[in-house]
This record gives sequence, structure tokens and C-alpha cells, in this order.
Amino acid sequence: MRKAQFVAKSIFVLAILGMAAACSPQSNAPTEPPASRGDAELRPLSDFDAFTDNESRADALFDEIGRVIQHPRCVNCHPRTDRPLQGEEGALHQPMVVRGAGGMGQPGMFCTTCHGAENYRNVPGNPAWRLAPAEMAWEGKSLSEICLQIKDEERNGGLSLMELGEHMAEDELVAYGWNPPAHLDRAPGDQESFGALFHAWIDAGAHCPSG
Amino acid sequence: MTVTLSINGEDLSVDALEGTPLLWVLRDRLGLTGTKFGCGVAQCGACTVHVNGLPRRSCVTPIDALNGADVTTIEGVAGPEADAVRNAWTEIDVPQCGYCQSGQIMTAVSLLQMNDDPSDEDIDQAMAGNLCRCATYMRIRAAIKNAAKEI
Repeated sequence: MRKAQFVAKSIFVLAILGMAAACSPQSNAPTEPPASRGDAELRPLSDFDAFTDNESRADALFDEIGRVIQHPRCVNCHPRTDRPLQGEEGALHQPMVVRGAGGMGQPGMFCTTCHGAENYRNVPGNPAWRLAPAEMAWEGKSLSEICLQIKDEERNGGLSLMELGEHMAEDELVAYGWNPPAHLDRAPGDQESFGALFHAWIDAGAHCPSG
Repeated sequence: MTVTLSINGEDLSVDALEGTPLLWVLRDRLGLTGTKFGCGVAQCGACTVHVNGLPRRSCVTPIDALNGADVTTIEGVAGPEADAVRNAWTEIDVPQCGYCQSGQIMTAVSLLQMNDDPSDEDIDQAMAGNLCRCATYMRIRAAIKNAAKEI
């Protein structure tokens, strides 16, 4: 019994020391702007000029848009359950936190208990940090299903296509996709080019890819 | 940089490097050592304080984000919910080693300030980010229920 207690205590002490080492004074500086991880570009609009019919052009544009929409920086806060995801593999968020009112967590354990207005060390931050509503879940859905969902005003917060375009191009929480802490991959391209692709998709008829 | 804020009702100006965690200011500058350092990465809850009335992990709160903020620590928490929690904690002797307890209490008080009749699920969800290596979770839950009755 005493031996078991000693082993348990030793493991705890080692864990604390390890965590303390990871939090040494040298790491006290504010999080630097994201490094070069995941800096893949989005295809420019000119790449889609060759399409002569709008449906094919819209399909191709949405495929490119999907590289952002299905990126972990976006899907992790559009989960299929009430629990957010984290990391590049979409693991369940630790510690446990649940959606709550307005996607802000529950009393005692809000998103803002840990997440601030800006990134801090490894903790992502954004002034509007919250979960997307349950009807906007993207996790586990095909790009075609997400596309139909995005266009459906019953499931997109009542936004018209043009309002949706403005949301994608200008919303401050969408902007987080390109401004995570340094240890996380950025969404491809930048918000401006993402917004341009989205508006071009709307102009091409907002057709959703099949499958 | 200088940050002006209120800590436990006292207006203070704090000189600190940009990015210094609130926890370090509390413990090392102000001697408020009731707030504990557990993991340093917002995974254990030992450093929980209230910022502008809401629970906040002080280990991942940069001091420069707190200009004008109202910070309450375990040394200053007060009011009917804090009184009820203190009584309930004492009554059933919740702590074992005690290291995590100031964080547990700050979260419990915050929960009760927003929900004076929490269910088991409400308590579990609120307290999920406060770890206890002694596994006093059942006593914590019972004490929160007892505190709710007192309120």
C-alpha cells in the first residue's frame, strides 16, 4: 500500500515538474505571430477562368473553399456533439467543456475561463470565441452536405447568400482560422482570398458539389 | 508596462513585463499565495480566480489584458455563496491534501452565483476543469449541493 502511494506521488511530482519546465520563464513572452506551419495558399480566382459553365465553376470553387471549411481550425468549433474539438486530429477538447447558452460554455466553465481575446502561449484566443450553433455542425459531414447546410437559412443563422459571403470574408471569429497560436496549422491562404473565392462561388450560382 | 486593476477590492498599479501571467503577479508580487500553480497551461484549474465576476485561469491570463479589471482571489472572495461554500467545505471536510481546493472553491462559488440549485450534471460540467489528485470529487459535489441548500 505504502509502495503504491509512493509510486503515485512520484508520478504526480514528475508530472508537475514536467509541466513547470514547459512553463519556464523563457516561455513568458506573448505568443508570436503564427509560424510558417500550414501556410498553403488557396488557388487564385484566375485558376477558375477556364470553366465555361457556371455549375462546374461553382463546384470547383466550392472544392477550394472546402479546404478552409473542412480545416481543423474551422471544424473544431463546428462539432457534431456539444463538445468542441482541438488540435489537428480533432480530439475532444480537454478539459471537458460543453456548448451551453450561446455556445459559450456552462456556468463555472465558460470558454472565457481559459480563452482570452488574443492567443496566449498555446491557448487560442479571439474576442468572439465560442462554438458554432448545433445546427451548423460540420464534423463528419461531406463537403456537399456542408454546402447545402451553409445555404439553408434554417441552418445558417438566417443569412442570405450575400450576408454569408460577408461573414466569411469579414467575421472576426472566422479570421481566427488564419491566426492560431504558433503550434497549430493555419487554414490555407488568408481570409481575403477565402472571401473572394466565396463571393465568386455565389456569383457562379452557389451550386453545391455532389457526393 | 504598468497595469491598473482592482484586486480583492483594492486598486493597484502593477509594473510587469508584457505577457506576465496574472498568477505570477498574485503569488510573487502581491504575496497572495492562496491561488496555486498547478499545470501552467489551463488544464488543472488550481489557479482559478474571478475576473470581472467570472471564473478565469490566472496561469493563462496575461496581466496586460487586465487594465481596469476587477480580480477576486480566494483571499478576497465574499458574499452569500462564498459563505455557504466555506461552511459546506468545513462541515464535510472536503479537502485531503488541499492543493487544488482554492481553485475548486472559486469555481464552485462562481457556479452558485449563476445557478443556486445546480444538478449533478451542472456541477460536473462546471467543475470538469478543476482536477483533484486526491479524487475528492464526490465530497466536492456533495458540498456544493449543501451550499446550494444554505443559500
